[in-house]
Amino acid sequence: MNPSRSTRIALYVYGIATIFFLYVPLLSVGFASVSKARYLSFPIKRYSTKWYGDALQSETVRDLLVTSLKVAVIVTVISMVVAFFGALAFARYNWRYRTLFQKLILLPIFFPQTVLGLALLMWFNSVGIIPTWKTAIVAHLVWIAPIATLIVAIRAYSFDPALEEAARDMGASTMTILREITLPLLMPGIISAGLFAFLLSWGNFPLSLFTTGADSTLPEWLYAKMVSGYSPLVPTLGVMSVVGSFLLILLAFSLNWLIRSVRESRSAEN
Amino acid sequence: MERIDRKLGLLSALPLAAILALSFLAPLVVVALFSIMPPKVFDLAHMPNFAAYSVFFDQGYYKSLLWSLGMALISTLILFVICWPLAYGMAKVFGRFSLILTIAVVMSLFVSENIRLFGWVLTLMKGGLIEGHLRAWTGVGYDSPLYNTGIIIFGLVYVYLPFMLFPLAQGISMVPDDTRQAAADLGATRWQILRQIDLPLAAPGIMVGSLLSFVLAAGALAESKILGGQAVIVIADDIETAFTFGQNWPLGAALSVILIIIIGGLAILGVNRIDLDAIMGRKR
Repeated sequence: MNPSRSTRIALYVYGIATIFFLYVPLLSVGFASVSKARYLSFPIKRYSTKWYGDALQSETVRDLLVTSLKVAVIVTVISMVVAFFGALAFARYNWRYRTLFQKLILLPIFFPQTVLGLALLMWFNSVGIIPTWKTAIVAHLVWIAPIATLIVAIRAYSFDPALEEAARDMGASTMTILREITLPLLMPGIISAGLFAFLLSWGNFPLSLFTTGADSTLPEWLYAKMVSGYSPLVPTLGVMSVVGSFLLILLAFSLNWLIRSVRESRSAEN
Repeated sequence: MERIDRKLGLLSALPLAAILALSFLAPLVVVALFSIMPPKVFDLAHMPNFAAYSVFFDQGYYKSLLWSLGMALISTLILFVICWPLAYGMAKVFGRFSLILTIAVVMSLFVSENIRLFGWVLTLMKGGLIEGHLRAWTGVGYDSPLYNTGIIIFGLVYVYLPFMLFPLAQGISMVPDDTRQAAADLGATRWQILRQIDLPLAAPGIMVGSLLSFVLAAGALAESKILGGQAVIVIADDIETAFTFGQNWPLGAALSVILIIIIGGLAILGVNRIDLDAIMGRKR
């Protein structure tokens, strides 16, 4: 019952068209970022990298980048730790409230983020916390930690509990088992969860909107400028943010490849 | 083993459960409490009243809600139709290309939705990537298609495509090839296979995908602001305005509660009916 040749070709074309569709807007942003004119119109007449120079020298831009980076790094670290344990509770251990826990984790993902941000703003206000970039970390965690947990859980589903049982039978303590067996086995999942956490936090806008107080992350600033008071720096910073994300992904992929090839050459030697 | 499992399960659930209790469930309670405060107060020490909820009907806020739900419904239906063939390809046809497609789609998710929507403005606007080049080459232009309901739905479809695509592909991959083969051997038409085998067996994926797209689209804000130029006021927009310009937290809270009840009800209903262990591939 394999689909006919023409159906297969049509599906491939459709797939490629979808990728194109997803990236067209980024293409426009890319062109806009190197247009010399202050008020953009296509086709672009003169190209210039002037706006990149401006962006790199601007202090506002540096503050935005630093704030976004601080939030993303802390969210990543906390998410990785929480997701490691959360995934074990989600997928590995048979405990009483496991299904309830699984459902609780899904709820924040199925939730409008803008509303979640506002709810947190009211909550912070009513317990007397003034929102800054630190409260944005909490907001990001509500959404990102569950996603990270799901990613590690996929890995946790595929590992054999007999390995842990064997270690326990040979007298290993719970801590030793976690450190020597569970953690290394889940590591690939934890690292991809960390990558997801960083990138999702770096690009997140709706959760930051109400929870950063007087501070501002890069996506927030871009939104403010898009909705009112356009600045030619918008496409430039957009491109810089995207390039940053993609470089990180590239780095992760090449590290992964490097580790794998080192391991393979080692096992070939033995 | 059993006893250790129970204890460890509870312990390892604690960090995440604590985060969610403190910064998800508790804020929801606060929102609910704020929604029954008198207008324009900023703390909870007042006699409760339901003024904010009556405003929802009196001042036409229900229209924004209907717009949001309507546009979310339409974009979910469109997404289902355009994602089905692609998800089918990913699950059954593509092989290696499936991985490339997955990476391409996931990477697009890491770009802030603002930037992507803004990119569509630059692409579609008068003097944008398409119209500008068209006019330069052929002399014929067109009027800006931006700032109406159609373009907001387009934006929703664009932004939430991955949330429909991946669950659908996962759902379709759960349909056994043997069953389809058997149906075909017994003389079922393509249409019959689709209706009686693919759709029912892929139902968990369909449900998760539709639910995610609908729920996220119903609470979406950036699409209507950036692409729609506020041609339509969506409920998330009303909520934001009530908090910022309106300085009326109880009204914003009441609107939030109404949206949360609709969306949360749907989410809980859906989440209760899916077996996560089966979808995510638990072996035991």
